[in-house]
Amino acid sequence: MSFRTKAAAALVLVAAFYIAVRRASAPRPSSSSQPAPDFVAVDLNGRKLALSDYKGKVVLLEFWATWCGPCKEEVPALVALERKYGKRGFQVIGISLDDDARPVRDFYARFNMNYPVILGDAKLAESFGGILGLPVAFLIGRDGRIYAKYVGQTAAAVFERDVRALLGRRGATDADGPSFFRQHR
Amino acid sequence: MRAHLKMVAVAITLAAAVLAMEAHVHSGNTGKNAEPALIQPAELAKLLLSHKGKKPLLIQVGFRVLYEQAHIPGSEYIGPASDDKALSRLRARVKALPRRVFIVLYCGCCPWKSCPNVKPAYASLHAMGFKNVKALWLAHNFGADWVDKGYPTVKGR
Repeated sequence: MSFRTKAAAALVLVAAFYIAVRRASAPRPSSSSQPAPDFVAVDLNGRKLALSDYKGKVVLLEFWATWCGPCKEEVPALVALERKYGKRGFQVIGISLDDDARPVRDFYARFNMNYPVILGDAKLAESFGGILGLPVAFLIGRDGRIYAKYVGQTAAAVFERDVRALLGRRGATDADGPSFFRQHR
Repeated sequence: MRAHLKMVAVAITLAAAVLAMEAHVHSGNTGKNAEPALIQPAELAKLLLSHKGKKPLLIQVGFRVLYEQAHIPGSEYIGPASDDKALSRLRARVKALPRRVFIVLYCGCCPWKSCPNVKPAYASLHAMGFKNVKALWLAHNFGADWVDKGYPTVKGR
């Protein structure tokens, strides 16, 4: 066997190993990953927003409030994620649970938020299983299913790891493989 | 001998002053930065379920969507007390009450250590002269530390 053949074989092996590792670590749907409930609302900028319009994208949906300390610390990381992965099919959506819109508008401008924010209500919160503390975030795959739930403040690196894993999956669904549903707390 | 007695008296006075300060700190009554006196969820649930004893005035100083999804029966919604408007509502609500009334404040919006609402509410009541105020200790949030424990909960406005 020539050196070139050996090198080519080694390259193929490395590539196969890389693909196998990526597939194994990518979030996959399971019996626990439910379809995200759809909703229609108007965002702070007056635009209509329907979650179903984002099917085909990876969505990080965050329930938060302007006065919530851990939420405030997460927002810059979400802005950075949106900037970094927005063109690759990723979208952050914020659902503020403030009592009124005024402080949310101020916060939106002050933190240079680059993703849509809507005002949530109890009905919307309950459709996601109840939001009885903040922040809570859901990571939704291109297929519209919830792959991860994050309760409480979450490290930017955890969000990024999971977003990258879901962005790496090309298909709309991938039901084979190991079960996957991350619930961080 | 006289000088010796004076020194002992000074030492006793100093010790008494230190003890008084300590007691003041632990009573949770240190003004604006007061650490609230606490009541544990199990203790409050027991008190609410008991047929004996006077029930406290329960005030929720978290956010409306949380209150509408789940709150302690009989509790009143005031709003996030990190906001001056909510603090004004709180003061207006209790203004006419006797200062000895038992009040329990709760929020559960976020983990206790980062809750921005309970401490301003507590400090405000204390500044008004209310001495029998306790804050419900919710370590993680209202869902994990009250609802999930099966303590009394109702929904609605």
